[in-house]
Amino acid sequence: MKLTTLGKASIVVVILFLATLWAFPMWDIQLGAPQYPDGLSMQIWINDVGGDVEIINGLNHYIGMKTIHKEDFKEFVYLPITMMSFMALGLLVLVLNRKRYYYIWTGLFVAIGLVSFYDFYSWLYKYGHELDPSAPIKVPGMAYQPPLIGYKKMLNFEALSQPHIGGWFYIAAGALMVFVCFYEWKKSKAKTK
Amino acid sequence: MYTVFGLGTFTILQGCKMKNAGSVVTGNAATKAYVAPGQYDEFYNFVSGGFNGQVSVYGLPSGRLLKIIPVFSVFPENGYGYSEESKPMLNTTAGQVPWDDQHHLTISLTNGEQDGRWLFANANNTPRVARIDLTTFKTVEILQLPNSAGNHSSPYLTENTEYVVAGTRFAVPLGEGDVPISSFKENFKSTISFISVDKEHGNMDIAFQVVLPGMDLDLSRGGKGPSHDWFFFSTYNTEQAHTLLEVSASEKDKDFIVALNWKKIEEYVKSGKGKKVNAEYAHNHLNEETQQAESKIENEVIVVDHSELAGMVYMIPCPKSPHGCDVDPTGKYIVGSGKLAALIPVFSFDKLTKAIAAKDFEGEYHGIPVLKYESVLHGEVKKPGLGPLHTEFDGKGFGYTSMFLSSEIVKWNIETLEVVDRAPTYYSIGHLCIPGGDTKKPWGKYVIAYNKITKDRYLPTGPELAQSAQIYDISGDKMELILDFPTVGEPHYAQGIAASVIKDKSVKIYDINKNKHKYVAMGEKEAKVVRSGNRVDVYMTAIRSHLAPDNIEGIYVGDEVYFHVTNLEQDWDIPHGFAIKNNPNGELLIMPGETATLKFVPQKAGMYPFYCTDFCSALHQEMQGYLRVSPKGSNVPLRFGIGETAPGVAVK
Repeated sequence: MKLTTLGKASIVVVILFLATLWAFPMWDIQLGAPQYPDGLSMQIWINDVGGDVEIINGLNHYIGMKTIHKEDFKEFVYLPITMMSFMALGLLVLVLNRKRYYYIWTGLFVAIGLVSFYDFYSWLYKYGHELDPSAPIKVPGMAYQPPLIGYKKMLNFEALSQPHIGGWFYIAAGALMVFVCFYEWKKSKAKTK
Repeated sequence: MYTVFGLGTFTILQGCKMKNAGSVVTGNAATKAYVAPGQYDEFYNFVSGGFNGQVSVYGLPSGRLLKIIPVFSVFPENGYGYSEESKPMLNTTAGQVPWDDQHHLTISLTNGEQDGRWLFANANNTPRVARIDLTTFKTVEILQLPNSAGNHSSPYLTENTEYVVAGTRFAVPLGEGDVPISSFKENFKSTISFISVDKEHGNMDIAFQVVLPGMDLDLSRGGKGPSHDWFFFSTYNTEQAHTLLEVSASEKDKDFIVALNWKKIEEYVKSGKGKKVNAEYAHNHLNEETQQAESKIENEVIVVDHSELAGMVYMIPCPKSPHGCDVDPTGKYIVGSGKLAALIPVFSFDKLTKAIAAKDFEGEYHGIPVLKYESVLHGEVKKPGLGPLHTEFDGKGFGYTSMFLSSEIVKWNIETLEVVDRAPTYYSIGHLCIPGGDTKKPWGKYVIAYNKITKDRYLPTGPELAQSAQIYDISGDKMELILDFPTVGEPHYAQGIAASVIKDKSVKIYDINKNKHKYVAMGEKEAKVVRSGNRVDVYMTAIRSHLAPDNIEGIYVGDEVYFHVTNLEQDWDIPHGFAIKNNPNGELLIMPGETATLKFVPQKAGMYPFYCTDFCSALHQEMQGYLRVSPKGSNVPLRFGIGETAPGVAVK
């Protein structure tokens, strides 16, 4: 069965939304401490990590946390390729114009999303837990895993983690696709009746 | 009964006491000077340090001391004058001079308004002019002045910072100077140096020196607007006395204000006129890339004698040894302050040009035409007080003159010359400052009095007291005292500028990638010790919380050891310090991204601990190391390292 006009239009919108990942960061981690009145922040892009990374790395040595380097993340290579391919597939769905392919395309998005979040979480876990045993500051039982989303207090630092503009567009793209799937499915049920 | 009698006597005695000067604060003064914790002051106040040779920076209206900028005196607390990088800044033709007397300051101008780029400072004793960069609050250039002594009428500016002037207070013989003092009249001359300032980088150079008859040049101001092309200098001792000036330089009823058309003199010199003469002077410059100050001895200067400058130099008679010589914001009026006079003469620039055109002269002074006092006078402020010194302006048509003898500030109307208000100061005010009050655009909100005598203003601290300053709110009709605060050094003139012009340009760190220091260690891997003969260079890094290398052996008595410490931090307000036990030298403070060098020549064998002196982090106290010094000729090999690489630590 063919896609509705809304369904076809949504493909273009989703591709445009995902394109924002190259213009804005996906995620934003803010850190605050009394000695940092202006705060520190780190932005995660689809292909890079930005912000006060050097300063954060300087602080991390006290607690024995690994320093953060762009080169350590193969995700910065794979993720752009994955998203590019996903956007290309969207164009293919538009040309083939079949509801079934739209459903698969959406399913693929959800799968990529889940894997990405799991991957992000495991990085945060790794940084928070794999600490150098000879670190100057050791607090028994203390881990320094920043939250995936939301607020957490760790020693003298407060951390706030949330989507940045690119991340919000990414979430909006997913929400739109899920909504359109329901819409297409309802329309198709109405037609078969 | 006795008690009642006693109380009565006490009351009567109290009643006979003279009024205490300290009780004049009224209204909500405290709230006006109160800057809440965490809030910023509205103005920066750059205050000359006088006999401490430095410049101090206060916030207004709180009077809080924010910083001392080392300029002409050594400053062991941050290594200025002690580090190898800064030593050349204090070089002169007489060698390293560790001190000076710093009197006046001017913030650079564009179109007669403060642009907040540089601050110029004079050295009175060994004549020099310094330039301070207002993005780093660091002294970046010092220029020595030949043919000068007592560089007092300095560093005043033309409207676009084309020139900084430096007029000599002591007339001196040009050149050698080995002549009888009694030959003053034949051999002694006054000079005014015109120092050009590079528009882009601020670099200074002596463009030319104007030679005047021997007298004392006191203070000066550049013209503004209509008087843009002119510069005015007050003079005393036009009697040309060389001894007991107190009496002999006060004989004449009038001295002069010298009016110079600098624009015409500039053209005259540019046309190839003037004489190149030999004159040695040091020109010191901080190379901000290599972070190294360099001192160069220049050996030539262009001089022009006043006798060549017909139509460019005039004398305005001014009562009784004038001190201040101030130009109002419109550039139409010049205020002379005869420090022994009982009135303040205000001269009109318009009348000056007309009198010159009409050749309205009353005579000559060593060949320089002297204008008629009445022809140039706008009017006199009558009975202003005693001992007028300096005048600043609020931009609303009023002048504020400091009165040394009657210890007060007097506010008067520039057009009508009427005194409209007076406020006591504590005590014996010298200079005063209204932020921008010497420019085309004063920020007429406060006037600050810098006093010469303090006495009972603060808790006593033995015979030597701090200097006192007072802040008055001048936003209303009446001056209102809102704060009294002690100052460091001995303030003379000061400059105030709205914080908004400067604060956002303030540098937070030095970019380590732009560090071109000859001995930089770009990261701990480059930390090393290199010996060449008896010179040892230690390329050391500092980062929270260790110095690398922190164990050094194989140094011998008599070695010249240079510790080049690079602060690897790139975070705001994380300086590190560096000091070594028994080093007869200062210490270093190294800002993030900077490299600084401390020399140490060990005199005895032994163990010399070194450490970070600026509390940098939770593990600052651990930031330490050892230098082992062995007797000369011993065979302890040169070894160094940190952690696993430290000498004698086995690699696992």
